[in-house]
Amino acid sequence: MQRIGDAPRTRRLLIGLAVALSALFLLLPLIAIFAQAFTEGIDVFWNNLSDEYTLAAIGLTLLVTALTIPVNLVFGVFLAWLVTRFEFPGRRLLQTLIDIPFAVSPVVAGLIYLLLYGSSGWVGSWLDGYDIQLMFAWPGIVLVTIFVTCPFVARELIPLMQAQGSREEEAAVTLGASGWTIFRRVTLPNIKWALLYGVILTNARAVGEFGAVSVVSGSIRGETNTLPLHVELLYQDYNTVGAFTAAALLALIALFTLAAKAGLEWRATRREQFR
Amino acid sequence: MTLYSFLRRSAIASAVTATLATGVATPALAADRELLNSSYDIARELFATVNPEFNAWWQEQHDESVEVKQSHGGSSKQARAIMQGLRADVVTYNQVTDVNVLAEKGLVAEDWQQQFPNNASPYYSTTAFLVREGNPKEIDSWDDLVEDDVEIVFPNPKTSGNGRYTYLAAWAYADQKFDGDEEKIREFMNQFLGNVKVFDTGGRGATTTFVERNIGDVLISFESEVNNISKEYGEDDYDVVVPPVSILAEFPVAVVEKNAERNDNADLAQGYLEYLYTEEAQRLLAGFNYRVNDETVQKEFADQFPETELLRVEDVFGGWEQVMDTHFSSGGELDQLQRR
Repeated sequence: MQRIGDAPRTRRLLIGLAVALSALFLLLPLIAIFAQAFTEGIDVFWNNLSDEYTLAAIGLTLLVTALTIPVNLVFGVFLAWLVTRFEFPGRRLLQTLIDIPFAVSPVVAGLIYLLLYGSSGWVGSWLDGYDIQLMFAWPGIVLVTIFVTCPFVARELIPLMQAQGSREEEAAVTLGASGWTIFRRVTLPNIKWALLYGVILTNARAVGEFGAVSVVSGSIRGETNTLPLHVELLYQDYNTVGAFTAAALLALIALFTLAAKAGLEWRATRREQFR
Repeated sequence: MTLYSFLRRSAIASAVTATLATGVATPALAADRELLNSSYDIARELFATVNPEFNAWWQEQHDESVEVKQSHGGSSKQARAIMQGLRADVVTYNQVTDVNVLAEKGLVAEDWQQQFPNNASPYYSTTAFLVREGNPKEIDSWDDLVEDDVEIVFPNPKTSGNGRYTYLAAWAYADQKFDGDEEKIREFMNQFLGNVKVFDTGGRGATTTFVERNIGDVLISFESEVNNISKEYGEDDYDVVVPPVSILAEFPVAVVEKNAERNDNADLAQGYLEYLYTEEAQRLLAGFNYRVNDETVQKEFADQFPETELLRVEDVFGGWEQVMDTHFSSGGELDQLQRR
């Protein structure tokens, strides 16, 4: 019996096509970003990079990511633990709710937060009375980034923890371990790779988020402008090289993230083989 | 390395990053006072030039340094952000309607147009044409735009204030030419809109269409913008044409009183907008291809701004409210013209 792809020629053709398409759609644009960033030489690239506002944008993006990751790490682990280790009414509903940030467009997410926490929103108008401003300042950006990225960790953990079951933890309970010890010495070692994977995905998204952040940022240059917003801003200023410099920086962060992810996957498969 | 120690380490690492990031995010040299200017998207470079000069001017008088923070975006979006809590002290917009919206909400004084000279518009511009080198289709006025073989690019009046001015300029011209004969005006507008090749959502998109995609014979935009584009993309490739009759585009400014008071910036906000009327600032503005009212500066830049008859929206259409109602509302004049 012959199947598609069995004939060496068909196979080669298909492989060739896949490689060519990946090069065209993935590799070429990536190269173009870096090529554009360096069109006017390395000096211009450095000048653009060391621009006061670009540095501020990098700083803000790092700050937002550094705050988002720990929050979502704790939240994701807690949620996955709850959903996979306990039976309670509304468990399924909760599992569906986790996916809301994935299902909703980031722009809508931004608008929801604006309507709630903006100075005329329900919560926002109350906070405004105490002179607390969330939207159009960095706390607002952190809030929406947390919202947009909150499913990543939980989504990585839930299938794994479901598959592993709770036998090992039950054994630990019979041996007299406290809850915290069980979590630290039994649960955590079992899920650590999935957890790290979730963190990497969270990081990638937090750094690159545009839509939701754009709604709540207020785009105050040097204050509430993240790196992705800065790319758009420079582009609109007819500063193409500057825009591509910032874009190259974002691409570089993405490449590092991908490398970390590939490294993790490689380690995971190697561990499987040793088992 | 156990995971626990790994997590502890990454927690420390992220704390360090956070500290570093805040260090970077806060400017090294804090000024004595801060002012937030909410403005339209293409004015970024303009105010980046004006602000340090204002700082020097203010410092000389009051002996305190000022950092003016800038927020830029589509001016309707900007006005909305202020209604939602963006604490801008002043607005410098390119649409009268967007300041009116803020006035309706009580954020800006009701009589804001009387608070500064020239209807609170320190500079102005008009609608002009950018044509390809040597002007091959010989486009000199609005009449030339309704010829059968002319392809026009300008942003959609529904989504862009820039496009709105273009539409109104063409209408105002036709109104003058046909002496108010609505049947003839509509016929003219119909041909004019029929020649539009691409309706982009914003000014920047229209520029890309005309310059990078090489579509159309003429790009219509603000005179200031058309000059900037020609400077940016090569003066040899494009010519700027200012039609003999066009519309007056005001760039309104106002103090957002509620925010300025809250930020203790009432005097500073007032001073900032007053500064825009000084000879020094007017010269800077003219350098960005905006027309100004200061007579000395006008003389200096006379070659740059061809004389042209500028019609006022209030005179031709009876005011912005009416314009929005009859022309740009859903099912209004623009919709009907496009349906024909």
